[in-house]
Amino acid sequence: MKKKIQNIIENYGLPRIIIFLFLVFLFILTPFVGIRFDTSINDVIVRFSMNGILVLSLIPMVKTGCGLNFGLQLGIIAGILGAVISIEMEMIGFTGFFTAIGIAIFFAVIFGFLYGLLLNKVKGDEMVVATYVGFSSVSFMSIMWLMLPFKSPNMIWAYGGSGLRTTINTKGYWFHVLTDFLQIKIGNYIFFPTGTILFFALLTFLVWAFFKTKIGTAMIVVGSNTDYANSCGINVDKMRSISVILSTVIAAIGIIVYQESFGFIQLYMAPLFMAFPAVAALLLGGATVGKASIKNVIIGVFLFQSILTMTPSVVSNIIKSDMSETIRIILSNGMIVYALTRITRVRT
Amino acid sequence: MESKEKYLLRMEHVSKDFYGTKVLKNINISVKPGEIIGLVGENGAGKSTLMNILFGNPIIHETGGFEGKIIFDNKEVNFASPFDAINAGIGMVHQEFIFIPGFTAIENILLNKEPTRYSFFSEIFGDKLNVLNREEMKKRAIEAIKILGIELNPEIIVKEMPVGHKQFIEIAREIDRKLLKLLVLDEPTAVLTESEADIAMKAIKKLAAKGVSVIFISHRLQEILDSCDRIIVLKDGSIQKELIPSDTNPREVAEYMIGHELTKSIWKSKEIRKISETILEVNNLWVDMPGEQVNGASFKVNKGEIFGIGGLTGQGKLGIANGIMGLHPAEGEVKFKGKPIFLNNSKYVLEQGIAFVSEDRRGLGLILDQPIFKNITFTAMQIKDMFLKSLLGGLIKWSDDKAMVKITREYIDALQIKCESEKQLVRELSGGNQQKLCMAKVFVLQPELIFVSEPTRGIDVGAKSLVLDTLCEYNRKYGITIIMTSSELVELRAICERIAIVDEGRISGILPPTAELVEFGLLMLGIKSKKKETIGK
Repeated sequence: MKKKIQNIIENYGLPRIIIFLFLVFLFILTPFVGIRFDTSINDVIVRFSMNGILVLSLIPMVKTGCGLNFGLQLGIIAGILGAVISIEMEMIGFTGFFTAIGIAIFFAVIFGFLYGLLLNKVKGDEMVVATYVGFSSVSFMSIMWLMLPFKSPNMIWAYGGSGLRTTINTKGYWFHVLTDFLQIKIGNYIFFPTGTILFFALLTFLVWAFFKTKIGTAMIVVGSNTDYANSCGINVDKMRSISVILSTVIAAIGIIVYQESFGFIQLYMAPLFMAFPAVAALLLGGATVGKASIKNVIIGVFLFQSILTMTPSVVSNIIKSDMSETIRIILSNGMIVYALTRITRVRT
Repeated sequence: MESKEKYLLRMEHVSKDFYGTKVLKNINISVKPGEIIGLVGENGAGKSTLMNILFGNPIIHETGGFEGKIIFDNKEVNFASPFDAINAGIGMVHQEFIFIPGFTAIENILLNKEPTRYSFFSEIFGDKLNVLNREEMKKRAIEAIKILGIELNPEIIVKEMPVGHKQFIEIAREIDRKLLKLLVLDEPTAVLTESEADIAMKAIKKLAAKGVSVIFISHRLQEILDSCDRIIVLKDGSIQKELIPSDTNPREVAEYMIGHELTKSIWKSKEIRKISETILEVNNLWVDMPGEQVNGASFKVNKGEIFGIGGLTGQGKLGIANGIMGLHPAEGEVKFKGKPIFLNNSKYVLEQGIAFVSEDRRGLGLILDQPIFKNITFTAMQIKDMFLKSLLGGLIKWSDDKAMVKITREYIDALQIKCESEKQLVRELSGGNQQKLCMAKVFVLQPELIFVSEPTRGIDVGAKSLVLDTLCEYNRKYGITIIMTSSELVELRAICERIAIVDEGRISGILPPTAELVEFGLLMLGIKSKKKETIGK
């Protein structure tokens, strides 16, 4: 018995077990502070399905040693471009959804390629550079959202007649196409988003499978030991570039799934801080700057999103004032600080 | 008492151990003012440790100090830091250059001892705000350079100077110290061309004539013989012999340095194989590997033989394999099985059937945080498409873990790798087992030629012989040609059929394993056996 517990602790890591126990505690608390238990469960599941792919997108770059992708916004912008263009084209339902993804992938490949060129020039400082790439790309696109010649009346400002609005509704286009696909209703308050979860599972499988192929293996080698990779004749820069493109593409898909579930496309400064929660979730899942796995993604997203949903609502109900946003910021940034202090160098 | 006062420096009964390993045993050295002492010895003979003790290098104190006495200038000294040593009048020129690349020669020569001029601000803030006296600086720099007897514009920024000049600046900096009494030169001529080295030697002699004592470390034996007053040979941490150059010859020095032959031959192989077909031909190979530069090495390796490459550290023996394998920029002509090989392309070289067991086992040979079976198979998968299953008509190349594990088990048995299972992380294995793993990784590739660099470095005795036996076995059984680079002459002579000695980035000679030890020594010291008679008379 003792050994079993030790095994579990070793397997999942003490921080995760503590957080999990804290989470259980929060769930137990719900009825006493006047929150419905089943809606809480539903919130957690929905948020898990919304954010999973964004977190998954970090994996390829970590695997090749490019660090945590703090420039996730680049992929998000590609995704937004896909989304708004599909709406401009008046695509509806699954056609609209997959058109958005197709266009997003196109942009993501281009952005990712350029981003990869840049990151190959700043080896060792990827994360700092990436942060600023993310920030500046968001600001640059803020100008572009105003300038680009979109015409759809559902998206542009009502009065001026030019430039995109800060939030665009996906209702009437591809709102909840995945979420409602094969949706399972449990009771009155739990709607299990089968389609979104399935889509997340599919992408997760593809990423896992990719790292089982020859190219994927080469990428792991690059991330584990660059000198070893060189001596095996692996083109290090090329592998890193591929991983950056892959991360950007998955992020682009991730944000479209997020918008599909959320119901709104958020433009301008909204993507600015989207990288942090994703990174925090992955780190919470047990990943480090140099090592991350699918298991880390799933555990991380679940724990992080649960804490993020539960803590604010429970705390707010206890102290009778809305603290949710503050607590969210403290949590996600605190998680990043915690994880960054635990960077272990691969080579000793 | 009088006789003792004649000496500038006396080191008496100096001993030093690092964590229980004796590296210096009872060293006694005396140096008279104006005397040039040559210090020679193999790598690891204790030269650097001895100089570190003299120069007050903090490492010595951190590891528990030393035994014995040092008397410098009639005072017993125990320098706590190089600063104290400098203040006492000892200068040291290191093998690696230490200066500020963006400063001019003048500024570097006078760094931290600049003549200054009083300025208005010094009145208020004290001496720290004195102004540099540029004219005086220039005068002193030119003076120091003049002693060296070279043409050099002192206004040039140091990083734009040729290597030879940088070395002169380094020496000039020490010359400029007014109270310089003893100058230690650690391989000062290693980076110089022959004519530059001649100038440097002349300058050192001039300096000695002015009363400065010099301790001169070099592996260029001829230089030492030409310019020193006395030669001290260190071997295994003790003084083997003190020699007077006029009474000796390079052969004798080399013999003292490397030691006498204990057994006639330790060559393991009884048979002498007749091998004539050339498999690898290297012509004029240049490799830019830091610390192990190759400057135009040429040699031929026969198919199926075990070819050894030896030489002192830093002379470029390791650069040869690294250069051909594309790990460091290389230039020259390399032919494999008669076909020219493109250099600077690891993948291409591996595809030709050449593989490499690196000397940097943990850094470059293995991925420490991956399991054994992946370490063994990664390279083969990338280069030869082994351990892959084709899915969807070859569109997807899926890694075949079962095949990986199977072959790994075979090698674990064949090479007796001690581990819990094939899934154990490589980090947890001992040095010897890691080395076997590196070899297994290369054997999986089924190469025709392998480079093995320092295969026994840092592993215990038992594993050493196992590694060497394995190399012999694969050579005999599968006909793999092996080029083994090693610092250990003993092991080269144990398994190689021919041994090339590298000196200053070139092959200085190729000997059979049965050749006398002193022959190897002479080659390592840059004395061609052809010249032997003329030098050694």
